[in-house]
Amino acid sequence: MTRVVIIGAGPAGLAAAAAAGRVARVTVIDDNTEAGGQIWRRTRNAWTIEHPGVETKFQARVIAATQADVTIETPDSCERLPFDKLILATGARELFLPFPGWTLPQVTGAGGLQALVKSGLNIQGKSVVVAGTGPLLLAVAAYLKSKGATIPLIAEQAPAARVNRFARSLLSHPGKLWQGARLKARLLGVPYRTDCWVESAEPGMLRLRTPGGSGSQPFDYLAIGYGLWPNTELAQLAGCRLSNGFVEVDAAQRTSIPNIYCAGEPTGIGGVDMALAEGRIAGCHATGQPTPPLPNRAFVQALTTTFALRPEVRAVATADTIVCRCEDVPLSRIQSCQGWREAKLQTRCGMGPCQGRICGPAIQTILGWPHQSIREPVFPARIESLLT
Amino acid sequence: MPQTADVRINGKEFTVAEGTSVAAAVLNAGYSMRTSIHGEPRAALCGMGICYECRVTIDGCQHRKSCQVLCATGMEIETT
Ligand SMILES: Cc1cc2nc3c(=O)[nH]c(=O)nc-3n(C[C@H](O)[C@H](O)[C@H](O)COP(=O)(O)OP(=O)(O)OC[C@H]3O[C@@H](n4cnc5c(N)ncnc54)[C@H](O)[C@@H]3O)c2cc1C
Repeated sequence: MTRVVIIGAGPAGLAAAAAAGRVARVTVIDDNTEAGGQIWRRTRNAWTIEHPGVETKFQARVIAATQADVTIETPDSCERLPFDKLILATGARELFLPFPGWTLPQVTGAGGLQALVKSGLNIQGKSVVVAGTGPLLLAVAAYLKSKGATIPLIAEQAPAARVNRFARSLLSHPGKLWQGARLKARLLGVPYRTDCWVESAEPGMLRLRTPGGSGSQPFDYLAIGYGLWPNTELAQLAGCRLSNGFVEVDAAQRTSIPNIYCAGEPTGIGGVDMALAEGRIAGCHATGQPTPPLPNRAFVQALTTTFALRPEVRAVATADTIVCRCEDVPLSRIQSCQGWREAKLQTRCGMGPCQGRICGPAIQTILGWPHQSIREPVFPARIESLLT
Repeated sequence: MPQTADVRINGKEFTVAEGTSVAAAVLNAGYSMRTSIHGEPRAALCGMGICYECRVTIDGCQHRKSCQVLCATGMEIETT
């Protein structure tokens, strides 16, 4: 029986597992405590019960991948798992851009705050400003409001004209339009301001900018994210080719390495429907089953152009703004270097426990330095794990 | 399965709902998670196990990512 290993139990990974599990031996690995990925977080506990033939490993992180096996670390063990076919469904993370005050404990990611509330953070009665860019801001604001937060403002950096054009284009995606209408109803009375971004934060008070002016906004929490950034590290480690920062795949979701597939956000930020469709295709093709047709990618393109970052938000970090939060390295020290290599040697930027996952995309966005090369392990690992 | 978990955070007792992450418990208790190398208080940023800003000590084990660990009765949690 074909042995399929799937990394990531989000929509893409679960769809792949359901498809492949019909005819193959499947193991799904995820570093979270439960299935569901970013969007279904903690609401898919039943999934593993519905698919008893699929083996799942949670709180298990893949720290290395070759073309024949993956290395998995759990809180108390480490093992190598061989595969015939590997499906990478590692999803995306939020893009964070540094600004003065972004290291305050009251400042979190947009999806980040949503995840914390889903895991029990009490937000009742708190005033939460939601800012950054993209449709995720609306989903997050609606969720936080439903949990008792007050949302004084959603600040979207994209210009009104582009956002309106995007909203109109949803008319050709009935499913999305319905989602949009439902969100709109849930956000009734919440101010949504386009052309608006956060310039700085100090405890309790934000400084906001628009092209023509600035203003202040009190807050308890700031939930801020500048869109999603694909988790391509494992694909790169295994040797898969990227193009424009995303994992290159063909119509069957095959990467440049014949027995490695990739589905969901690492191939393009397309949302949950795209992730499900791609996962299904990968799961079927990897196990020799007929593949369903490829979904239309027009929506993915529309998302990218609508929420492209304006130059001003790439420039909100000042000379003494900390960019590398692990090692407390300010922008000025990074800027005085010629590139990543020198910055790492001179400042330890990107050398802390997050291994450049937060500052790497930020530096690529504000300074244009391509994200550093990937070396095993992709997460800090225990010494004993490195010896297996 | 119990409906709640009793944990200690920096020596104080807290009862949290089942399924509460250590990160949420620490924030609900009014603490940040760690002190940066320049002495700033820091708390969870990404909420999904990537940023390492939510590191705390759990049952004597340092640098656990509190957003990816669920509270369990008897847990000793310390922030730094
Ligand atoms: C923080 C956040 C919040 C979001 N909230 C919403 C929302 O409210 N509404 C909405 O419509 N969309 C939301 N999205 C977008 C949503 O993620 C996508 O639409 C969809 O979930 C993508 O599915 P996926 O399967 O590609 O990836 P994901 O759902 O991201 O799943 C990938 C999984 O792989 C795991 N993983 C990655 N690397 C490893 C590794 N090395 N070892 C082990 N496991 C690994 C991750 O922990 C994760 O569970 C959110 C995205 C993010 C980043």
